[in-house]
Amino acid sequence: MAVLLIAEHNNKELRPFTLNAATAASQIDAEVHAVIIGQNSESAVKKLSELPVVKKVISIEAPHYENFTAENFAPAIVKLAENYSHIVCSANTFGKNLMPRIAAHLDTSQVSDIIKVISPDTFLRPIYAGNAFATVKTNDTKKCVTIRPTSFEPCESSGGTATIEKGEAGEEFSNTKFIKREEIKSDRPELGTARIVVSGGRGMQSGDNFKLITEVADKLGAAIGASRAAVDAGYISNDHQVGQTGKVVVPDLYIAIGISGAIQHLAGMKESKVIVAINKDGEAPIFSVADYGLEADLFEALPQFMEELNKLNTIQK
Amino acid sequence: MKILVAVKRVIDYNVQIRVKEDGSGVVTDNVKMSTNPPDDNAIEEAVKIKEAGKATEIVAITVGEEKAQETVRKALAVGADKGIHVKTEGVLEPLAVSKIIQKIVEKEKPDLVFMGKQAIDDDCNQTGQMLSALLNWPQATFASNIEVKDNSLEVTREIDEGLETVEINIPAIVTCDLRLNEPRYASLPNIMKAKKKPIEEINVSDLGIDITPRVQQLKVEEPPKRKAGIKVANVAELVQKLKNEAKVI
Repeated sequence: MAVLLIAEHNNKELRPFTLNAATAASQIDAEVHAVIIGQNSESAVKKLSELPVVKKVISIEAPHYENFTAENFAPAIVKLAENYSHIVCSANTFGKNLMPRIAAHLDTSQVSDIIKVISPDTFLRPIYAGNAFATVKTNDTKKCVTIRPTSFEPCESSGGTATIEKGEAGEEFSNTKFIKREEIKSDRPELGTARIVVSGGRGMQSGDNFKLITEVADKLGAAIGASRAAVDAGYISNDHQVGQTGKVVVPDLYIAIGISGAIQHLAGMKESKVIVAINKDGEAPIFSVADYGLEADLFEALPQFMEELNKLNTIQK
Repeated sequence: MKILVAVKRVIDYNVQIRVKEDGSGVVTDNVKMSTNPPDDNAIEEAVKIKEAGKATEIVAITVGEEKAQETVRKALAVGADKGIHVKTEGVLEPLAVSKIIQKIVEKEKPDLVFMGKQAIDDDCNQTGQMLSALLNWPQATFASNIEVKDNSLEVTREIDEGLETVEINIPAIVTCDLRLNEPRYASLPNIMKAKKKPIEEINVSDLGIDITPRVQQLKVEEPPKRKAGIKVANVAELVQKLKNEAKVI
């Protein structure tokens, strides 16, 4: 039986993690169908049909789907479920909110946040904030799986020509009303998908001092991250938080500045390809995961870092 | 208004997790246990709502082995009025827990159910959403602010793109983010008083639900270790290594 991928989008474009979830879905079974639920979402539907791994697109539209409410989405997906062995989406806030609602309607025990497909019924997933990995096998006939997007490469985004079918809209769930969404707008790359992340911790000592990090991030074309301590101290807003209770990031380069390396922070960044730590405490736990550690006062090191970067002829973007 | 708050006993968040050598799980013997951190936020929020005169009763529920009752006792010390302990042994999946809480909801008839957004042991992030599906109630997950209105809640949710606000009609489920509030500590007099508050014990077998696990845990292992890195002497060396050795800038 085929796999049903739930596409995440904003009615205009696919959200980037849809491509990672499509890769995971295709590793479970080559026959991937994708359902996209929204309102006036033609352009996103078209983009979905162009993903070469997707064989068929089911588009469901209705005014009450405009804001992606799980209470509205779940019954529409449950209606499609009988034709599929698996239902797959990203384990970001969209998928975390939605998938358990579907799983409960189907009386299925969901497998959350997998990082590897071992076989169609067996998966690897982190537990205890990534301090242990569990191999789990689900015995449910209908399998609901959310995938950790940063653990799967995004699929190709063009060249495909999937057929597009219209699906049937369900009734509106009247007890939940969407009021507003405040999206953080920025010219910088998104934290979850950036190639380089520069993060500051309590060692930054103030919100003003984060401008030292902003300069470096601008120079490198990087996203800005922060530890929970820096967020709690009010130095920076919480959408920048990296860690177990923030975002999990896997950039090519992660630069941790003035971050001691609490377990909960490490859980959010230790899979990064290259880790740099700058901290004046040589015993800080962050050095145990760093490929390159610099024991130094960040207020001296950051201006020097800018100077050295300025000396380079080229910087990869 | 009556609020039911679900709490779970987990390995304390400050404990360094150790994986058992036989791969059967993680070491829990002689390890400090405590209430799942965002469940503390759930209790705190319920108590604040009651203190504001907008709730009349708070019931704390836990599902699990004998010692899980400690988490209910702690909730009582912080301000819950009554406790419920559904006794179970062995592995419990979120689907089973949500079915158990559904039974309790049918009996207790709360207007709101609060719980943490995720347990820090299995990291599933499912129970609240599953419970609201089973009850066909609205859900507000990852709540960082709650305003109680006449027959609804206005809830701010932490989402990847920023913040989202929804209005959910009562009865409803809210799963709480760590940012929702600052949980208080129980005072000694309140801890003493909590010992006199009632905890109802229910055997899961009396609820008539199938809680057999559907997902088998085949193996638990340590995550791959990062190979040891190096310390560089100065910023110039760092930039040179990033450029020429790691080739990432």
